[in-house]
Amino acid sequence: MSSYLTDKKIKELEGKANDIRQSIIETLLEAGSGHTAGPLGMADIFTALYFHILRHTPRNPLWEGRDRVILSNGHICPVLYAAMAHAGYFPVEELKTLRKFKSRLQGHPHREWLPGIETSSGPLGSGLSQAAGMALADRMDYGRSTSRFFYCLMSDGELDAGNTWEAALFAGKERLHNLIAIIDRNNIQIDGFTEDVMPLEPLHAKWESFGWHVIEIDGHSFHSIDDAIAQTKAVFEKPSVIIAHTIPGKGVKEWERDYKWHGIPPNKEQAKMALKELRTLGGRVKSEHE
Amino acid sequence: MLNPDAKLNPKLFDTDVEQFPIRKGFGEGLLAAGEADSRVVGLCADLTESTQMHLFKNKFPERFVEIGVAEQNLATVASGMAAMGKIPFITSYAMFSPGRNWEQIRTTICYNDRPVKIAGSHAGVSVGPDGGTHQAIEDIAIMRVIPRMNVIVPCDTVEAKKATIAAAKTNSPTYIRLAREKTPVITTEFTPFKIGKAQTLWRMKQGTRHTIGIVATGALVHKALQAALHLESEGIGVEVVNVATIKPLDEESFIALAHKTGRILTIEEHQMAGGMGSAIAEVLARNFPVPMEFVAVADQFGQSGQPNELLRHYGLDLPDIITKAKKLIGRAN
Repeated sequence: MSSYLTDKKIKELEGKANDIRQSIIETLLEAGSGHTAGPLGMADIFTALYFHILRHTPRNPLWEGRDRVILSNGHICPVLYAAMAHAGYFPVEELKTLRKFKSRLQGHPHREWLPGIETSSGPLGSGLSQAAGMALADRMDYGRSTSRFFYCLMSDGELDAGNTWEAALFAGKERLHNLIAIIDRNNIQIDGFTEDVMPLEPLHAKWESFGWHVIEIDGHSFHSIDDAIAQTKAVFEKPSVIIAHTIPGKGVKEWERDYKWHGIPPNKEQAKMALKELRTLGGRVKSEHE
Repeated sequence: MLNPDAKLNPKLFDTDVEQFPIRKGFGEGLLAAGEADSRVVGLCADLTESTQMHLFKNKFPERFVEIGVAEQNLATVASGMAAMGKIPFITSYAMFSPGRNWEQIRTTICYNDRPVKIAGSHAGVSVGPDGGTHQAIEDIAIMRVIPRMNVIVPCDTVEAKKATIAAAKTNSPTYIRLAREKTPVITTEFTPFKIGKAQTLWRMKQGTRHTIGIVATGALVHKALQAALHLESEGIGVEVVNVATIKPLDEESFIALAHKTGRILTIEEHQMAGGMGSAIAEVLARNFPVPMEFVAVADQFGQSGQPNELLRHYGLDLPDIITKAKKLIGRAN
């Protein structure tokens, strides 16, 4: 597989993803509640979107021609907020207000409070159909050659929800080529591993049978993310779904793959350890903060 | 007497008064709204003709979206379309939308502040033979508690058309409650209609010993007027107000009505709990409490039967209105 990404660009994205992971941990520590595993696992994909893929103008978040990012699983908003802040939507300093009274950074995102949020979300399973509605409206207005894209970020846990599959049927029927779903396939949800809670496999075949173009990738490889997005844009007769295999808690060895980190924040000690690990790139370099 | 300012149908008390389903007016109103504004789109959950959306679909096939039997998707796809500047109307039976998709309506339409218009057809027990599963009598309650949601309940096909055209012009999420059965035509094209405005249809005779204010909504407004005619013949002063907009409620006019009549009877084809009567009671309790009675369903489910049999069984018929009105007049406080 070839990628258009240069080594220099990859280095830059890796640096950004590291910054974003640090921000997620600092933000959650300050908030005292929230979700840790999902945001860390999706940091690379959000980095790729906000620093490479999206057509957007962070200082003019309501620019009409922007691509739309619809976060369906609102609980991973720390990664969305961190990516937006680092991309210039609002000051990084403001991340510290997450989940606090009168903060623009609501515990689950609210579009009216923070420009750049496309939909308020939290209750699972409703993002894909909203994204499909947007994509359909866009096609009504600009025809099938429209090149504005609608990215719906979803969790694998919310594939339990009927609304998700109603949307999958609908987007397949309408052949919404401008709709790109990205599933965070991290195999965990609150009550445990997804295949124990409610088996989703064979996931690839399920989406294909609903009329979608399906791509499976390593959700931590910028090459893979970039290639997959390029491929979805070359598919004109179907919506596309990228099943991104990710490691929950990615970036902090002790937290990786542990579903217990789904819905809790780190305490002070844990955050210190995690930040050190990120700042030293896993011990490979000396931290400036030590 | 009938309020001349309301310019009502002069035949409304005749036995051969024109009768049409209220949902018919919705269909005509949506067509007119679609003609006036190209942003109007229609989405339906496999009940296109039944909800009268077929008129819009036939004229604007490219602006019609068939969702299938998927009411959660119906609400959320519409929310997404509204995010891109469309004015979506979604239709199904009230039991399924807003019955089944309440949370999606709350989060993706109201919390998101998207101007989606929800038309719930086949509301009330007068749906008849289909039975209790299909008779929505909780929908006013579950819609009016959501912040930002407007709730409109037209009393006939003419008012339904006006309400639909008016709803398309607002930026608010709106619920329009529609009935299935043929209903006498009360209003005319000259009857004023404004969202948020209650309307006096029957004016009280001066100098009567007993007075009562009757507030009615939807298909039972006609029975409220029949009751007024009867009560007045017995020397009781009656003022009848049609509350087409349950939210935002025209609070001032109900406070004034309470001042004028001293007691209020509310009439609706809905559960007593949380319905239009509750909304009026909330306003009066805070501002000018007067004795009240409610003609409404008393915490029961519907069942199969002919509409008139069901209205009688659930205490929503003309004799029930008259009995409750007299009971209220007889109450000491």
